Amino acid sequence: MKFDDEPVPGYPLPILPGHTSPGRLERVLRAGQFAVTTELAPPDSADPQEVYDRAKTFDGCVDAINATDGSGANCHMGSLAVCALLTRVGYAPVMQISCRDRNRIAIQGDILGGAAMGVCNVLCLSGDGVQAGDHPQAKPVFDLDAVTLLATARTLRDEHRFLSGRKISFAPRVFLGAAANPFAAPVEFRAQRVAKKVAAGAQFIQTQYCYDVPLLREFMRRIEDLGLLDKVFILVGVGPLRAASTAEWMRKNVPGLHIPDAVIKRLAGAGANAAQEGRTLCVELIQELRGIRGVSGVHIMAYRQEQSVREIVERSGVLGDRKPWYPGRDNPTPETFVTRVAP
Amino acid sequence: MYALRRWSVRHARGLNAFYRGLEALLVAANPVWRAIGYQRVDRPMAVVERVFKGALFDCKMCGQCVLSSTGMSCPMNCPKQLRNGPCGGVRDNGHCEVKPEMRCVWVEAYIGAQKIPGGAQSLASVQHAVDRRLQGRSSWLRVVQEKTALPP
Repeated sequence: MKFDDEPVPGYPLPILPGHTSPGRLERVLRAGQFAVTTELAPPDSADPQEVYDRAKTFDGCVDAINATDGSGANCHMGSLAVCALLTRVGYAPVMQISCRDRNRIAIQGDILGGAAMGVCNVLCLSGDGVQAGDHPQAKPVFDLDAVTLLATARTLRDEHRFLSGRKISFAPRVFLGAAANPFAAPVEFRAQRVAKKVAAGAQFIQTQYCYDVPLLREFMRRIEDLGLLDKVFILVGVGPLRAASTAEWMRKNVPGLHIPDAVIKRLAGAGANAAQEGRTLCVELIQELRGIRGVSGVHIMAYRQEQSVREIVERSGVLGDRKPWYPGRDNPTPETFVTRVAP
Repeated sequence: MYALRRWSVRHARGLNAFYRGLEALLVAANPVWRAIGYQRVDRPMAVVERVFKGALFDCKMCGQCVLSSTGMSCPMNCPKQLRNGPCGGVRDNGHCEVKPEMRCVWVEAYIGAQKIPGGAQSLASVQHAVDRRLQGRSSWLRVVQEKTALPP
């Protein structure tokens, strides 16, 4: 799929009727396409080239790239900066915002700043606790939580004002996302938690890693029963496991991560080919997820295996003949310049 | 106290009913509070709240109590102070990601909510961002003031 009004990198697309952002991710989802997003691990570096090198790995196989915000409470380049670098050359980043490190004053400023630099998607997260990361001595902020953060972002966008009530002259045109973990206790409550996030402004959801499809189906049924399917796009999190031992370690040490024994057994059975088997498993998962009612796409998290994302997407075949935009895919003409989007 | 906090969740129905009665009483006594002056009565009332809610719920005196919407499990005991539901890090045994020895306050809230009129639906309303200025003040008096305020 190709948008005929594809602009010059750094310039926003026009906002289509019924859309809240000029972003490609919203366009792809609203067009009913199966979306693929992935995650860029921000570098421990001040070199912009490292960001571009990492982003290039995903060229042509993803619709949007999440820039994580101190994921796992580890210190890296900030998500706002990564997004600013990415939008300069036209990528469509999803700016992740966690409530762990900043209060409502800083966060609202970042949403305005991100939107000013071309960020069209914001993912609102509670954030991991500081004990999980490399600075357990740090002060956790948690001034807002994921739901009040969504409500705050929506206030900026739809009511053109800060939480304080003070007016803003040009609202951030952003597509709002949230996270969900269908596999953590209390599982019966997880769909209702999504309903709360939707009520607060979430338009898309990216879930935790899914390795248990029956549990996900149950979650999706609850989502449908709550009447959420036409209110929110759900992208299910997937990722390749490198080895049975990695899976065991993750299961034990990453809170909220659920990996069934069968998956670990399958990886162990593959012996030396475990990594290959992990990718195959991921491909099969994506193909199975695609058939589930209400699943609008997948979010591939392949930490330290970023180069495998292309193979996984290609083998899964979910993009069909669609080639998501990337810098240099096609050369836009000057007529497609859009200088400013009407408020 | 942790054990008492868990007892309170198991007895959410009774505590919720008790609070409803107390609230009605406090609202009825509005003329008294007004006569003394809300400013003056705030501190002693806050002391009472700190003692009772502190014992029963490990109350953190946020000053904007939402216990009836959280199954009588105080969300300010969540290390992330999440007031709108559990984070994705809850362990398989229902314990907290940050404090592994503690039950997730939202797993508890879900249990408590089943006992309160409205059931799990009582958890559904979206809680606004916390007003940090109210820390340490009386939550009960604030409710009375809201309930007795004349419509604008």
